[in-house]
Formats: sequence, structure tokens, C-alpha cells
Amino acid sequence: MCTAPLTAVGRSVPRREGADKVTGRARYTDDIAVPGAWYGRTIRSTIARGAIRSLTLDPAFDWSRVVVVSADDIPGENVVQLIRDDQPVLAPNGGEIRHKEEPILLLAAPDRATLEDAASHIHIEYELATPVSDIGSATEVFSTVDIAKGDVASAQREADLVVEREFRVGLQEQLYIEPQGAIAFPEADGTIRVIGSLQCPYYVHRALKRALKLSDQQAVVVQAETGGGFGGKEEYPSIVAVHAALLARKAGRPVRLIYDRHEDLAATTKRHPGVIRHRTGVKEDGTLVFQDIEIVLDGGAYCTLTPVVLSRAAIHAAGAYSCPNVRIRARAVATNTPPNGAFRGFGAPQSLFAAELMVEHVAERLGVSSVDLRRKWMLRLGDTTATGQVLSESVGSELVLDAALKNAPAVRPSDRPTVRRGRGLSLVFHGSGFTGSGEKKLQGTIAFEALADGTFRILTASTEIGQGTKTIFCQLAADALGVGMDKVDLAPQDTSLVPDSGPTVASRTAMIVGRLVQDAATEVKERLKREKAPLRVEKSYIQPDSIHWDETTYRGDAYPVYAWACTIADVDVDMTTGEVRVSDLITAVDCGKALHPVMAEGQIEGGCLQAVGWATIEEIKMQDGGYQNDRLATYLIPTALDAPRIRTILVENPYSRGPFGAKGIGELPMDGPAPAIIAAIHDATGVWLDEIPATPEKVLAACASR
Amino acid sequence: MHEVTFLCPKDLQDAVRLYRTTPGCRPLAGGTDLMVMLHARTLRPQPRAVLDIWSLAELKGVRRHSGMLEIGAAESYTGIIRSREAHRHVPALVAAARTIGAAQIQNRGTLGGNLANASPAGDTLPILLAYDAVVVTDRRSIPIDQFFTGYRKTALQPDELITAVRFPQGRDVVFRKVGTRAAQAISKVMMAVSRKPARIAIGSVAEVPLRARGAEAALERGDVDGAIAAVADDIRPIDDVRSTADYRRTVTQNVLRELLSVG
Repeated sequence: MCTAPLTAVGRSVPRREGADKVTGRARYTDDIAVPGAWYGRTIRSTIARGAIRSLTLDPAFDWSRVVVVSADDIPGENVVQLIRDDQPVLAPNGGEIRHKEEPILLLAAPDRATLEDAASHIHIEYELATPVSDIGSATEVFSTVDIAKGDVASAQREADLVVEREFRVGLQEQLYIEPQGAIAFPEADGTIRVIGSLQCPYYVHRALKRALKLSDQQAVVVQAETGGGFGGKEEYPSIVAVHAALLARKAGRPVRLIYDRHEDLAATTKRHPGVIRHRTGVKEDGTLVFQDIEIVLDGGAYCTLTPVVLSRAAIHAAGAYSCPNVRIRARAVATNTPPNGAFRGFGAPQSLFAAELMVEHVAERLGVSSVDLRRKWMLRLGDTTATGQVLSESVGSELVLDAALKNAPAVRPSDRPTVRRGRGLSLVFHGSGFTGSGEKKLQGTIAFEALADGTFRILTASTEIGQGTKTIFCQLAADALGVGMDKVDLAPQDTSLVPDSGPTVASRTAMIVGRLVQDAATEVKERLKREKAPLRVEKSYIQPDSIHWDETTYRGDAYPVYAWACTIADVDVDMTTGEVRVSDLITAVDCGKALHPVMAEGQIEGGCLQAVGWATIEEIKMQDGGYQNDRLATYLIPTALDAPRIRTILVENPYSRGPFGAKGIGELPMDGPAPAIIAAIHDATGVWLDEIPATPEKVLAACASR
Repeated sequence: MHEVTFLCPKDLQDAVRLYRTTPGCRPLAGGTDLMVMLHARTLRPQPRAVLDIWSLAELKGVRRHSGMLEIGAAESYTGIIRSREAHRHVPALVAAARTIGAAQIQNRGTLGGNLANASPAGDTLPILLAYDAVVVTDRRSIPIDQFFTGYRKTALQPDELITAVRFPQGRDVVFRKVGTRAAQAISKVMMAVSRKPARIAIGSVAEVPLRARGAEAALERGDVDGAIAAVADDIRPIDDVRSTADYRRTVTQNVLRELLSVG
């Protein structure tokens, strides 16, 4: 580790791209003016399940004015490159439709009016089939995960008390502030360059190569300034980019394909809804004997990243607790709804919601405090997780629990007679970085250059999506080199310039890629003692020998390390209306090391607020396989007036392989608030909700039936 | 493609003439409803002309008129919120205007527009009902309780233009809006209540903003419990994207109880 005093790391230095963003100089995809570019549009299915009987272009329209792309125009494979090859880029004529809003045709025109006119002259007829609308009626399984520790079957005899409960969590939209969009440029040598709003340039690169039959060099992907992602721009931009590229290729000119908010809400991925059942056995004194957990997630119509989401859900399902006998059976099923995909937390918020509420239910049955029960059960240094991972360092469970409790003032009753106030608490952990052997397989690579003019350049594909990548990488490099931050710059996220450092997901960027930046900078510093600039170093992730993971048995070190959080939520429940207002959140987070305290707090506050929305008001109602809440007038997230006062306590409990001790915290704040809020509603009203969002409709109904 | 003629009248008289003589014409005030409907193509038939009445001086302002407070049909919510006269005489309207949309919507939205759009969820409409407001048009005055005739239907003739809304003075109105979140939400239930005379007006619980006549009769007799019981039969709530009929019925009763206990 670095021994020189830190001048950048640990300080809240100005954001690299901050001034451009606040002054309006930053150019998001739709801000980029491209002379001669045409406008693109996607024609989508209006049914949830069936087949395309006919596609008709009305001869009354002059089709020479526009470009139409169908599945027949795809030069490569008609497959969206992800985990499984089940999702077509465009549903072909005669082909199957598996969900509403499924892309069928693409249109491009020189202006929007012509585009609209052309779209109104396309007629699609379908053979209708009966859609599978929810988990209950689903039969097709995308993937399963089974985790076993000890022997649950025989442990049942040892338990004095067994508590059973079923929980449900709903869909959630990422609601990044900038909708999906890409601009594709065809070039004379067969190269197709795509600029877009995206998290993972190399995911898009692979998708383009496959669908458009391009070589590594012929596909170029550039990230524009991106207005948020939260996972929503992990896999979906591959579809937008391939569509834009197909149009540009056929039109022989640049095409911009920018979704409006309605299309973005109606067609793009959401957080997986799920049903989670727990059976927990304890002894009379509260000793945890067994946890038997069943998880079902709804993947929607295509596989996308569902198996990986399910994996993270299963691994986190036992919660931050040490139990000798654990059985987790998880499966993801297919329904005829738009595919669900990546969203901050990636399955863990769903399973941790259930795990945390189970602690509450067991504590209630035992007649003990749930805080005391957590202290008794929680994973500590040297304990073993459900996958058999021995926690060998940076275990912050007790630190965050103590820090949150110490900073929570007593709850005062509300001065309004119709309002009841309550408090709830949760304790969660979240694996930083890819699951299991993910990092080993990926071998994320970065490059680092010392330039002749005495400055340095970081080359990675890791994207800035508002979370601070650009600033943090420069801080790490500056302190590793012992130079000022003004001497360090970043290459643009352009696949023709930077190596594949992996996707910007899974709370991995600061911890995994950041450590590569630190190591590369340290090596450059050493070499400059003997050599002269310019010089270049490449670093790839090497899995430490101490990490073992068996994908077939789901045994071993599921993550390199875990970040920990304890969240205390105070709520006001209006007994007139059932409205739940989260007034205060206190969250203590073990982040290893806060590389940039202001941005770390910002990440945590934002994640908490996103979780408040998921837990209370963000609801999607389905109708005929589509979302009823497909506009901002009906899909509501918390406003500033709905936001609680959030107090973040950063606990620094360093991790030896993180950069300057840091662990990933991007997703962790999404995990804790929901169960704490449900426990607080119980504290206020005496009713337990098993399902989120805790809408006023559910709260009032539960209070009435009590 | 669909083309729309944009008409810019020079004064109210000109506007009235153009509206009477132009087929397929829709008045445009702040545009907070019309622009959304044009964009989403929910207007049937699509208008062939738009009459811009936003800048007509005759439709602006808050003033006294023969013992009543008069608000121009195209006066913005922001204008109402900033008006001292409005604060003094119709404080509940001012408070309700603050709950509509965000600042941008309040800068453009108008009472005339809220009336003409006649959404059952229009947030000023229960307030207007509780005040016994009068809708003034280019040709007559319409008592507010005769204005709403069906789902998004009004007593206006096809070529009749709303010019102002008048409020009797000296009435105490309290209200409560129940929405999904603390701001920028369309109502699940919106209730405005006056005790004397008894007026209980509710939005988002039927195809029109309505007065709960049974509950009002009970309240007039001083029977608060009777009013709370009766209001459940006065309303016709449905399940929709925002809420459920059951919830709306329960909350209507709860909110009425709350408003009558403080009022």
C-alpha cells in the first residue's frame, strides 16, 4: 500500500465532469448535432403473445422517402448478444411474439413528420396466443440456483420454533434522468461507429459485431455523457445501438434513435418482481438452527441477465447471518411481459427484503428485540456464509449496527392525532464485484500511460454514469504517482482507444478497476525511476489464489469481500389515508475506505431514496401484458418533498485488496431501507405487510382487517 | 400529416368570433392539458385549429365584481397564488393551486382550462363546487353545480368560451388532497368542505367532480356521523391506475371525518 500522504484520496475534490454538467456544456446523446442524420423509430408489437401473421407496408405511402429495416436486413445473427441466444434483434415475419412492445420493424426518415406518417402506414396482423401473465401461472424456467449448507432436513428436529412467511416484491423502473438513445454512423470502410447513453461499451461492441457481422475493428462504441443508468443501461443499450446501426447501414447515413420517456418506460427492462418464502427454525434461546428459503423471480419474456440476477439474489438470501443449516432453492421463470433486467442491487434487494423481515417475525414470536437477535445471529470475522465462504477480513456487521444505533435519537410521537410514528431497522451486506468466478473469467484490463509532457493518462472502458468513476480514477492515480490531480487525465470511453476493463456494474468499478488503476500507476512510478516517458503499462485482474468458487455446487467464495450497512427508518403513517411518509433514514455503511466522502454519501443517499420509492410508492400495474404506468404522470417516484432526511455515517473498515482499502458501495444502499420501512410501519400501526410497495391501499386494508 | 391552424385573436371579441366561425377549433390557454393530449393523440377528432387565448388581457386578473371575487379564465395558478384578493377571499383556492403540478405547470395552468377539460381529477373543481362559484362565459353565467354533465362533458355549447369564474365572499372552505406523493401527483381523492352552507365536494370519486348531496343534507342537520355514513353512497368510485374503488370509498369517509373534526 502507498505510504506517502494522500492528497487526493479521501478528499471531496471537485468532480471531473461536474462543471460541464452544471453549466450545460456536457453533451448527452440527443444533444449531439449530426448534420444529415436521419431520425429512427422502432415499430413494436401490440400483443403479449402470438405470432406475426403478416407485415404490410401500405402502398398509399411512398416508401422511397424512408428506410425500413426488418429481420431480413440483419447481416449477422438475429440475436441480442447476452447470456442465452433467445432474444431476436427484430421479430421476423411469421415469427413468435413473446411480449408487448417487442421490436418488429425499424424506420428512419429525414424528419420526424415523415417518420410518423410512415409509421401510420405499417399494418401488422397477429395470430394471438394466451399469454402467461405472472409468476403463478409460469411454467418455463430460465435458470435455477441451489445452495445447501449443513443439513436442513435433520436440523428441523432441533428447532423449538419454526416460523414461515411469504413475501412479494414488485417491478421497479430505473428512471435514469436521460432516456435510452444512440446515434450510429456508417463509415466508408464498413466500420460502424455508435455513440450512445450506456454503461458497458464492450457489451454493445459484442452485440454489434454479432448482429452486424463486424470485426473487432469495424465495430466502434463510444459512450456519450450519460444521464444515469442504475443497471438500466447495462444490457438494453445493446438493442438500441444495434437498431440504430442497422438503420444507418441501410440508410447509408447517420441515424439517431432516441427514446422518449413513454417508449423508455413501456419497453425497457425493470427490476425483477419476485416471491420469496422463508422457513426459519430457532431454539428457545433464539439460536438460529436452520433457514429454508425458496425464491421465484419473474424474468419476463427473454432471459437477458436473469440467471446472474437470480444468482446474486440466492447468495444474499440468508441475509447477513450465520446459520449452520441453510437451503436456498431459487428459480427464475418466463412470463409474457417485457424482459426484466439489471437494476442496482441485482436481485439482492429482493431476497434481503425477505431475509430482514424474517428476523423481525422470529423476534416477535420469541418475544425478544430484533436488534438483540441480529447481534446474536450476525456474521462476524471468521464466520461462514451460506455458500461456505469464511469471512476473513473487513466484516463490518457490528460496526455499522453500533454506529447506526448510536446516532439514532429517541422516537418522539407525532403531534398530529391521526398520524402514528414508528421505527424499523435492517442489517444487510452486499457482495462487491462480480459473483463467483466472474472477475477471473472477465480479466478486466486497463492501460496507463506516462506521456512525454509529464502528464498521465488512464485508459479504461469503465463509464461515468453519475457515480464518480472519472474523479475517483484520477484521485487513485494521482496519489499512487504522488502527483497533483491536474497531471492525470482519462481517455474517452471509446472501444477503439481503450481496453476492456469490464462493464460498469456490480459495485466493481472503484474496487476492482480502481485497484488496477492504482497498481498500474504505482508500476509506472517505479519504472519512471529508470526509464523515460512516454511509456505504457497494461494491467489485468488476476484472481488471488485464496479465492475459490465452484460454480456447479455454489460452494466457496461468492464475492471477494462484502460491504455492510445498518439502516434505521422512521415513518409517519397517516391513519386517515394510509399514506406512509419516511421522515428520517439513518444509514451506517462500511465502505472500506471513502475515496471521495461527498460522492460516497451521494451514492448512499440516492440509493436509499430509490429504495424508499420501491418500498412505498413505485408501483406498476399490468394490463394485457403491458405496464399501465408507462408515463411520468403515472409512474411516480419520490419528489424532494417525499424524501426523508438521510443521515449517512461512513464507517471505514479497510479491505486489503481494495484501492486504499475501498469496497464497492454502489448497490448496497438499495438493500436496507425497504425492510426497515416495513418494520417501521409495523412499529407504528401493529400490522405486518408482506409485500412492497407499501401503498396506502395496502396499508389501510391491512389496518382494517386487523 | 395532421396540420393545425394557429389562431391569434387580438382581443376577446375577436376570439369569440373566431371560435364561433372556425370548425374543429380548440381554445388554448396554458396548454397544460391540450399539449399533452395533442402529443399523446388522445383527442378525437384531432383539432383542425387552435385558438390562442393565453394573452388576452380580458381573461387575466383577479378583481372584485359586484360583491363577488372574479378571476379571469386565463389567469394562471401562479397569478392566483400571488393575488392578495384571492388570499383574502378564497384562501382554499390559493392553497389548492399550490398543490397542482410543479411551478412550471402553475405558471401555465388556468381555472378556465381546468373547467373546460372537466377531468374528474381536476384539483380546483371541488374547491369551486364548495364555494358555489359561477362560471362566466361569452354569453351567460352557469352555476358550478350545473356545469359538469358527464365524464369530461360540460354544459358549454360547442362555440361557448369561458371568460371568468366568480366566487361569493365570506365562506370558509377546507380541503384535503390525497395523492400518491407529496407533490406533483394527480389526486386519488380530493375533497373540499364548507360547513355553512353545507357543501361537500369531491374529485376523483366519480365520472365528474361532484357534490355529495346526501352527506350535505346530513351535515345541514348537524348530523356529522350521518354525513360520514351517507358520503359513501354519494360517490361512484372505480379502480384505475391510481387507486381502487374500495380505497377511495374508505378514504372519502376518513377525510370527511377529519375535515369535519377540524372545521
